[in-house]
Amino acid sequence: MFNQEKIEKNVGLLIVLTLLVVSVGGLLEIVPLFFQKSTTQAVEGVKPYDPVRLAGRDVYLREGCYNCHSQMIRPFRAETERYGHYSVAGEYVYDHPFQWGSKRTGPDLHRVGGRYSDEWQRIHLRNPRDVVPESNMPAFPWLEKTAAAQTVGKDIEAKMRALRMVGVPYTDEEIAGAKQALEGKTEEDVLVAYLQGLGTALSNFK
Amino acid sequence: MSDFVSEFWNFYVIGIVLVSVIGCAVFLWSQGSANFTVGKTTGHAWDETLEEYNNPLPKWWSWMFYITVFFALGYLALYPGLGSFKGMLGWSSVGQWKGEQQKAAQQYDPIFQKFQQMDIQAVAADKQAMEMGKRLYLTYCMQCHGADARGSKGFPNLADSDWLYGGEPAQIVETVSNGRMGVMPPHAHLGADTVKDLANYVRSLSGLTNDAVRAAKGQEAFMTAGCAGCHGMDAKGMHAVGAPNLTDGTWLYGSSEATIMETINNGRQNKMPAWKDFLGEAKVHLLAAYVYSLSNTK
Repeated sequence: MFNQEKIEKNVGLLIVLTLLVVSVGGLLEIVPLFFQKSTTQAVEGVKPYDPVRLAGRDVYLREGCYNCHSQMIRPFRAETERYGHYSVAGEYVYDHPFQWGSKRTGPDLHRVGGRYSDEWQRIHLRNPRDVVPESNMPAFPWLEKTAAAQTVGKDIEAKMRALRMVGVPYTDEEIAGAKQALEGKTEEDVLVAYLQGLGTALSNFK
Repeated sequence: MSDFVSEFWNFYVIGIVLVSVIGCAVFLWSQGSANFTVGKTTGHAWDETLEEYNNPLPKWWSWMFYITVFFALGYLALYPGLGSFKGMLGWSSVGQWKGEQQKAAQQYDPIFQKFQQMDIQAVAADKQAMEMGKRLYLTYCMQCHGADARGSKGFPNLADSDWLYGGEPAQIVETVSNGRMGVMPPHAHLGADTVKDLANYVRSLSGLTNDAVRAAKGQEAFMTAGCAGCHGMDAKGMHAVGAPNLTDGTWLYGSSEATIMETINNGRQNKMPAWKDFLGEAKVHLLAAYVYSLSNTK
């Protein structure tokens, strides 16, 4: 039916057949995810990031936190004992993109919200060794000296509008008030707000 | 109930999976009847010198491929993969996790229960319980209180005999279970001079160098400005509100005049998170016993 000679000598047919073969994986593993309830509907209690936490999330991305911290608790006992309830897909619906990460030099952060006090987070960000002498995490002392509105918050309204286009239900009022919400906040403030909100929807759910 | 928004996606997945798996097998089988010329080339030369034989696929390779096809079909029958079909074994990652949890509960619950029925003091004296307590401590507590339990600036030392909220077993259980909110209100309104007097008085209480004149004025202010309301007339603190004893030479934030003035001016806020819901009572009991043991060892 298809012999090698015919396919190799007919570039059009080769292209069509190649595309068909390489698209099978994507058609099966990516496309159906857009039509599943568990991956597209928010878990109860999961809300879109408010402007402060959204700006904090951008600090998290900019500083490359995801290089050492995952945000994905797998359903293994060793992980749920340490971190809390395993992560579910419906917790990430407002993450564009999600911060699952792929390597844990530091601990998973998906349920770090409320685990420590705000004060601990601040001391730990300025110099982790002040609270955990064994830590090899870098210090981020400049975050408390930089106004969030000047950096990650500069285009916060545009970011929220862009997120709205991919399905995050921000209202016009929320977008209009975004700049004001960031007033007087440092990068450290917004990052701590982001961290303290992580995974709280299921934090005491066993 | 299917997780898909419509049944179409169920058949979409089943269709593509079966067509591609079975299609591979059919394609492979169709190659068996192709025209091969064993030992001879295809008669076509690429780049002037590159030629290839027109031999059939090696048998061992074809059979390997057939085996993977059968394996795939068997796998799809037993495990989830075909759309909404759950597989004959009913396996799921959450199901496996629940199994792990159950197995662990069978193994460990009796041990936790045994210790939960014992007094904190008795648990603190039990070697096995303290090994377990130490593991729990190193997983959940060391981030703030330190691996050696000696704390750091702003995070209490658990290995000494000084307690903000009391060191009786019931008080420790309460602290671990429900957390604590420590609030020292700011007193900058007293004026820089009075604050400096107060700092000197506080230093005098634990025998640190101080300006005696200022300390005397500070003592007066201590009684009138509301300090005694929490720290007590004798400045020995009050466990009910977590007000520290100022006379014992133990400092949570530091003893320098500047640090004490910073504390008085800006106040302090501190928080110990609640662990009852996360850990459950049995583990809290063991942890409290471990913390108790740290400062009550002979």
